[in-house]
Amino acid sequence: MVKMTYVEASREAVREMMHADKTVWCVGEDLGRGSVFGQYLGLQEEFGPDRVADTPISEAAIMGAAFGAAMVGTRPIVEMRFSDFALCATDELVNQIAKARFMFGGQSRAPMVIRKPIGLWRSSAAQHSQSLESWYVHIPGLVVVCPATPQDNYSMMKAAIKCDDPVVYLEHKNIWQMEGEVDKSLEVTLGKAAVRRSGDDVTLVSWSDTANKCVAVADRLATQNIHAEVIDLRSLWPWDKGTVLASVRKTGRLVVAHESVAVGGFGAEVVATVAEQAGDALRGPLRRLGAPRSLVAYAPNLEDQVRITEDMIEKAALETLGKSAP
Amino acid sequence: MKQVNTATHNTARARELLAMMERIRAFEEQAILAAERDKLVLGAIHPSIGQEACAAGVMQALNTDDILLSTHRGHGHTLAKGADALAMMRELLGREGGCCGGKGGSMHIADFGVGMLGANGVVGANITIGAGAAHGIKLMGDNRIVVDVFGDGAINRGPFLEGINWASVFELPVMFVCEDNQYSATTKTKSVTAGQGAAARAKSLGLKATVIDGNNVEAVANAADEIAARLRAGGPPEMLHLITYRRTGHTSFDPATYRPEDESAREEKLNDPIARQRTLLAGMGVSEDALDTIHQTAQTEMIAVLAKAAATPFPDDNTAFLDVQDTGSPAVEAF
Ligand SMILES: Cc1ncc(C[n+]2csc(CCOP(=O)(O)OP(=O)(O)O)c2C)c(N)n1
Ligand SMILES: [Mg+2]
Repeated sequence: MVKMTYVEASREAVREMMHADKTVWCVGEDLGRGSVFGQYLGLQEEFGPDRVADTPISEAAIMGAAFGAAMVGTRPIVEMRFSDFALCATDELVNQIAKARFMFGGQSRAPMVIRKPIGLWRSSAAQHSQSLESWYVHIPGLVVVCPATPQDNYSMMKAAIKCDDPVVYLEHKNIWQMEGEVDKSLEVTLGKAAVRRSGDDVTLVSWSDTANKCVAVADRLATQNIHAEVIDLRSLWPWDKGTVLASVRKTGRLVVAHESVAVGGFGAEVVATVAEQAGDALRGPLRRLGAPRSLVAYAPNLEDQVRITEDMIEKAALETLGKSAP
Repeated sequence: MKQVNTATHNTARARELLAMMERIRAFEEQAILAAERDKLVLGAIHPSIGQEACAAGVMQALNTDDILLSTHRGHGHTLAKGADALAMMRELLGREGGCCGGKGGSMHIADFGVGMLGANGVVGANITIGAGAAHGIKLMGDNRIVVDVFGDGAINRGPFLEGINWASVFELPVMFVCEDNQYSATTKTKSVTAGQGAAARAKSLGLKATVIDGNNVEAVANAADEIAARLRAGGPPEMLHLITYRRTGHTSFDPATYRPEDESAREEKLNDPIARQRTLLAGMGVSEDALDTIHQTAQTEMIAVLAKAAATPFPDDNTAFLDVQDTGSPAVEAF
C-alpha cells in the first residue's frame, strides 16, 4: 500500500506502463509542463519529447493523429485537457476511432486512452465544467471509464492502457488532490463495479466524484442505523448490471446519482434496466438524481444550483425507505 | 506546371501505368454497371473516371508497406496500392470475402495488408489520420512513408490546416496529394475557395508544393517518385497538387446537370489520361494491337471480377455484431 493522490495515481500508472511497453506514448498540449493539472509532471524529462509530445492547439489533429499512429502499431494516451475541448475532436473520436475496426471488417484496432477531465471545478463556468459521459456511452466501439478514487485511477489507467479498444477515460477535476491508499498489485477488470459500502437497506449507484458523495452519505445513514450499499460503477460501458441487479434484489430500493444532466443521462439507463429486470423486487420508489437540464454558471451560488449534494442523495435514500430527512 | 522530358521515359513503366489506369477504369465501369444495371451496389459509389492518372502515378512510387489514406473516391487509389480487385468488388456488393467483410462498402474500403488504411466517408478526416500514421511510423523508427489523398473540397475543412501543420512541425514523412477534380460534390470548388487553393495554402505552412497536370500519368509518376525519394531520405512533408477533372457525376447516380454541357465531353475528348498515355506509348513504338491487348486484358479481368463477386453470398448475419469492441462487445451484450 502506498498513499497517493488521484492525480499521482494515474501519473504513476502511465509511467509504469511507459516503462513496460515502448509503444505507449502521450500526446497533447503542454504535456512537458505537466499539462493543466500536473498529470504528466516529470514524464517528459523521463521519457523525452517524442514519447511525451507537446502539440499545437489542434484537438482534431491530436485525436486524429493519435488514431493514425494507433493504426500503425503504437498505443497513444491522448490528453484533451478539458472534456469540453474534446468536442473539437468529435468527428475523429466518434466517426473515425470508434468505427474503424468495424467498418474495416476487423483489420484495425485503436488501442488508445483518451483522457478528458470532467466535472464541476471551482467556478469554471459553462465551457470548462461539463460531464458528458452519457454521450460516449451512446457510441458503439468506445469503452467509457470514470474512476473516483486514487486506487481506481491507478488500476483503471493501467487496464485502459492495456485495453485494445479505445477507452474514453474521464477523470474528475475536483478530486485531483484526493488522497488514498493504493495497492499497486490490485488489477481491475473494466466493466466491473466496486461495492464501496455493503448494506441491506438501500442501493446507491453512482460513478466519478458523485460516488464519493454516496460513500459519505452511506456513512451518515449508518449513524441512523440505515445500511446503504454503495455501488461505484467505475465504468459505464461496459457497465456492471449484474452487481446492481443483485444489490437491488437484496435491498429493494434504488437511488442513482450523477453530476451530469439528468435528462438522457446514464442514470436513466440504470433505472430503466432495474425497472425491467428487477422491478418485482422493488419495495420503495426509485430515485434518480442528476443536474437540472441547465448550464453551469460562474458565480459560486449559481454554480451550486446545478450541483448534486450529499444532502440531496441522503434525502432521496430516505424517501425510498418512506422516511424524511432528520 | 512541370514539363516532362519524354525521352527519359521508360517504356516498361509507361506500359504498367497504362495497364493500371485501364484496370481502374474497367473496375469502375463494372462497378457503375453493377450499381445501375444490376442494382447490386446498393450504396453510393463515387467513380474516379478521368482521374486514373492520379492513382496510378502516385501509388507506383510506393512500396507495399508504405501507407495510404484515401477518400470516398478511392477505388483507383486502393487498386493501385495493390488491393485485390475481387475483394474490392465484393466489398462494393456487400459480400462475404469483401476487403472489409461487407461492412464498409465503397466509402470505407481498406486493405491493411497492402498498407491501405482506409477510404473515408468524412471529407478531410483522413488528413490528420495520415499525419498520425506518419507520426507512428517515425516513433517506431521505420523508414516507411505515407501518402494522404484528398479532394479540392477538403482543403476548406479544418483538418487540412491541422493535419498539415502537424506533419510540418513534427517533420513527418507525408506526401499530401490534393486530387483536384475542380468540383466539391455539385459545386465548382473555385467559387467557394478563397485564395489560390491547395498548393498556395500548403506553401503558406512551409511545405514544398508541386503543381502537376494530373491527367499526365508520366508527370504524376515522376513528381511522386521525386517526393517519395525526398521523404525516404528524411525530408519534410510535401504537397502534390494534381489538376484533373471529374468526368462522371459526384456519385454514379448523379447526372451532373449543374455543369456546362460540353465540359465533360471536351475533357473526355482532349484530356483523357488513358488516351494520352496510349498516344505516348504509340510514339514510343508500341503497336496499337499491344495497346488494345492491355485494354482488353483489363476489361476481361473486371468483367470476371464482377461476375464472381455477384455470385458470392452475403456475409453471415452474426458478423453484424463482430469487431465492434472486445471490452463490452455487443456480441456478448448489446443492451
Ligand atoms: C465533412 C463532410 N461534409 C460533407 C460531406 C458530403 N460530401 C461527400 S463528398 C463531397 C465532395 C468532396 O469534394 P472533394 O473533396 O473535392 O472530393 P471529390 O468528391 O471531388 O473527389 C461532399 C460534400 C462529407 N462526406 N463529409
Ligand atoms: Mg473535388
